[in-house]
Amino acid sequence: MSDYLIQFNNVSKFFGKVIALKDVTMKLKKGEIMCLLGDNGAGKSTLIKTLAGVYKPDEGEIIIEGEKIVFDGPKDALDMGIATVYQDLALVSLMSVTRNFFMGREPLKGLPFFKTFDLEKANKIAAERMGQIGIDVRDPSQAVGTMSGGERQCLAISRAIYFGAKVLVLDEPTSALGVHQASVVLKYIVKAASQGLAVILITHNVHHAYPVGNSFTVLNRGKSLGTYNKKDISREKLLSMMAGGEELDKLEVELKEINRLAN
Amino acid sequence: MSTKSKSIHTKNSFNQDDRLKKVSPLRMLLNRPELGALGGAILVFIFFGVVAGDTGMFSAFGMLNFFDVSANLGIIAIAAALLMIGGEFDLSIGSMIGFAGICIAIPAIYWGWPLWMSIIFAFSMAVIVGYFNGLLVVKTGLPSFIVTLAMLFILRGATLALTRLITGRTQVPGLRVLIENDPIAWLFATDTFKWFFVWLGSMNLIDLRTDGTPLATGIPPSVVWFIFLAILSTWVLTKTRYGNWIFASGGDKNGATNVGVPVGRVKIGLFITTAVASTIFATIQVLDAGSADTMRGSLKELEAIAAAVVGGCLLTGGYGSAIGAAFGAIIFGTVSMGIFYTDVDTDWFKVFLGAMMLIAVIFNNYIRKKVTESK
Repeated sequence: MSDYLIQFNNVSKFFGKVIALKDVTMKLKKGEIMCLLGDNGAGKSTLIKTLAGVYKPDEGEIIIEGEKIVFDGPKDALDMGIATVYQDLALVSLMSVTRNFFMGREPLKGLPFFKTFDLEKANKIAAERMGQIGIDVRDPSQAVGTMSGGERQCLAISRAIYFGAKVLVLDEPTSALGVHQASVVLKYIVKAASQGLAVILITHNVHHAYPVGNSFTVLNRGKSLGTYNKKDISREKLLSMMAGGEELDKLEVELKEINRLAN
Repeated sequence: MSTKSKSIHTKNSFNQDDRLKKVSPLRMLLNRPELGALGGAILVFIFFGVVAGDTGMFSAFGMLNFFDVSANLGIIAIAAALLMIGGEFDLSIGSMIGFAGICIAIPAIYWGWPLWMSIIFAFSMAVIVGYFNGLLVVKTGLPSFIVTLAMLFILRGATLALTRLITGRTQVPGLRVLIENDPIAWLFATDTFKWFFVWLGSMNLIDLRTDGTPLATGIPPSVVWFIFLAILSTWVLTKTRYGNWIFASGGDKNGATNVGVPVGRVKIGLFITTAVASTIFATIQVLDAGSADTMRGSLKELEAIAAAVVGGCLLTGGYGSAIGAAFGAIIFGTVSMGIFYTDVDTDWFKVFLGAMMLIAVIFNNYIRKKVTESK
């Protein structure tokens, strides 16, 4: 068996003439956090959907725990332990913490045909799990709408882990959050990785990615610009790769020109 | 945050009573969707108790009367509430009532079918209509408002056209004689607890007819169905996996789909439920009146939705209760009969219905903000 939990070998995806992903290669071990960085339109969404089993790659292969896998849909990916937490989090704000936690996978009790949703057990598990992250849900039957953005993100991640995720794919988990909330979520992500999960963190915020990531893959216009270990690359270098260094240089020149004219 | 989170780190602190007691009972109650309707029902009872207390409205006979009216509306209001929680509307409820009525009457009177077979036929048609409604909404992604509005016209038109084609008129009488000895019809046509009312009569506790039988003969079938459906729906909503799926489908369709809730199946099931509830309503009315009328059930869909809204259902889905809708129906039934007993022109009922709904929507909107507001 290979060391790597999940590997992408030269994965490409085309939509008609559009090249959405081209020869993306990346690999990830247990307990590692890999940050996938890229500007808008870099192919992040396509890559997420390929990971989640929504799209099938047109070229290349996906290898999970040493075996080549072709996903036949999102359920396949989920069954293999690849859980994707999308930006909308799949939480219903009018429903309670417990009802959200077990949405679609409710624990049952009772006789056949009269099986009921075991709310007692569900409340206990949801409360326990949220307690482990240190999130104060006074009452697991309170509506998710009363929670803060960071708490909701943690709830969605905690749910994915509880239902057997081995690889956690997080789509912009900190983009809508303030500094404090973002740090709560990032701490939780590190903690999850330390318990043996592999985490793929998709973001365009280098400042959030750099402190937590073990390795960084930069996407630009559908192509991977390579995967770097943390010790091999600086925050500034990552930032300039992401935006396309020339772009920033050009911006600087233009700004100077504006300033000169203004003076 | 710091003082609160301290207690969280002691294991399982969520289940300790001392943490839950901090929520005042009043706040818990305020978080229930049916609160407004329960309060409204109590107010309406007090109001008519004072205004119409001596008119016979609150005699056994009078009470059975307004509970009968409430229960009929309640049967469809509960189904409409479930569908609304699931995020959809059914405007074809009223037309389905008329259609189900002739589905029973025409085979029984003109084709010589036994009554039980006609009733089963009507329910089968309801399942087909509901399935079709649901399938169209789920597959096309069109608003259910439009799809079922179309079905409102199609069903009512077909009811009229087919009845006139087959019978040459718009009413089909003559069903009463068929009820006796029918293996199914009693489910929709028999008063229950008759012995109790006979006993009450013999103790001179309720009014008697001149022949000595009680004026109120028993609990009408509508009330029995109403109570049964209210309990069943509440159980399904709050205690089963399917109930959780209904809330999830109405609350956030995409989110629910992403975590594996079969949203399409849930919605189709709910459309079948409203059509079947309409048919229960129709069967009770047709057997009670002994005839089917093509115009029966007109505008009932709007009354059902109004009762569901008064009962705390949000128009946007994902929130509400079956018990709330039941109280909503009791409010409307009580007021419509109360207006009759107090000699107020019954035209005023619609004014009340509209005003009540407006107040309910404003109240519900406020509650939703309360429930979803951030810390």
